[in-house]
Amino acid sequence: MKVLLAFDGSEASVDALERTVERAADAGDELTVAITDPDPEADSREALAERAESLVADTELSVTVRHVEGQPGSELVAIAESEAFDEIVLGGNTTSPMGKISIDQTAEFVLLNSHITVTLVR
Amino acid sequence: MTGDRRYPEAASGPFEEPPLSFTDREDRKIEIRPYDGSTAAFEALVEMYTAFDPADRAQGIPPGKESRVRTWLEGILSEDCLNVIAWDGETVAGHSTLVPDGDDDYELAIFVLQAYQEAGIGTHLIESLLGYGATHGIHKVWLTVERWNHPAVSLYEKVGFETTGAESFELEMAIRLGETD
Repeated sequence: MKVLLAFDGSEASVDALERTVERAADAGDELTVAITDPDPEADSREALAERAESLVADTELSVTVRHVEGQPGSELVAIAESEAFDEIVLGGNTTSPMGKISIDQTAEFVLLNSHITVTLVR
Repeated sequence: MTGDRRYPEAASGPFEEPPLSFTDREDRKIEIRPYDGSTAAFEALVEMYTAFDPADRAQGIPPGKESRVRTWLEGILSEDCLNVIAWDGETVAGHSTLVPDGDDDYELAIFVLQAYQEAGIGTHLIESLLGYGATHGIHKVWLTVERWNHPAVSLYEKVGFETTGAESFELEMAIRLGETD
């Protein structure tokens, strides 16, 4: 299965990456990590790419890292549909001090507009 | 949940303060008291939340499993948070909490057990929490609510919350509390 994962370095996206790598290694998926504009509290794009590659280094998995410019939601949907991906995976959750989960705008856009399966990792 | 949150210009209040008691619309005598830190109160809250109807969860809380309810409660019942409980005898009918978000903002949540809804408990509970908060020097309180949850939105508007963000799935609402003596 061809899986497209969005990665902006936020805590939620790191969690999504770790869990997706684990699954992809088990299932033999073909994983593409799309680096989007980094979360304000995260590292640079280059550091994010290194981080993604180091996470898969311990596995059998080969991963493609690519950079996505512009509005991440619409770019992810466009890439996934035009390049025949089977699934988009997103972190996309933020948790309030209370513990309430909210869905960020990228996740909302992808959930509403993608014609292929979307997995929201939480 | 960071950034500069908007708050209404005008302050709301004063609100009633706990402890207080009243008779609800089902003729039950309800007492509202601040959480006293006791094991009995903690366990009574666990009992309420494990009995909570999943249909009334909001944005993932209360969590579904008892172990996760306990972890969640330990966080929001810590000393830097303010909690008030509506009691029907030994049973928790409702609970409302203020959790600090940064320096002087607080996030609010309120839960009323299904059997106690639509009896006027929510109004007393939220007002007494806001009154309790104001006496503790809290002036800025916000919350999020699912936009289809009309009973909750009406309650929040009634006590003075205004919608401050409507861009995402949830509405964000905020209230400014007046000074107290």
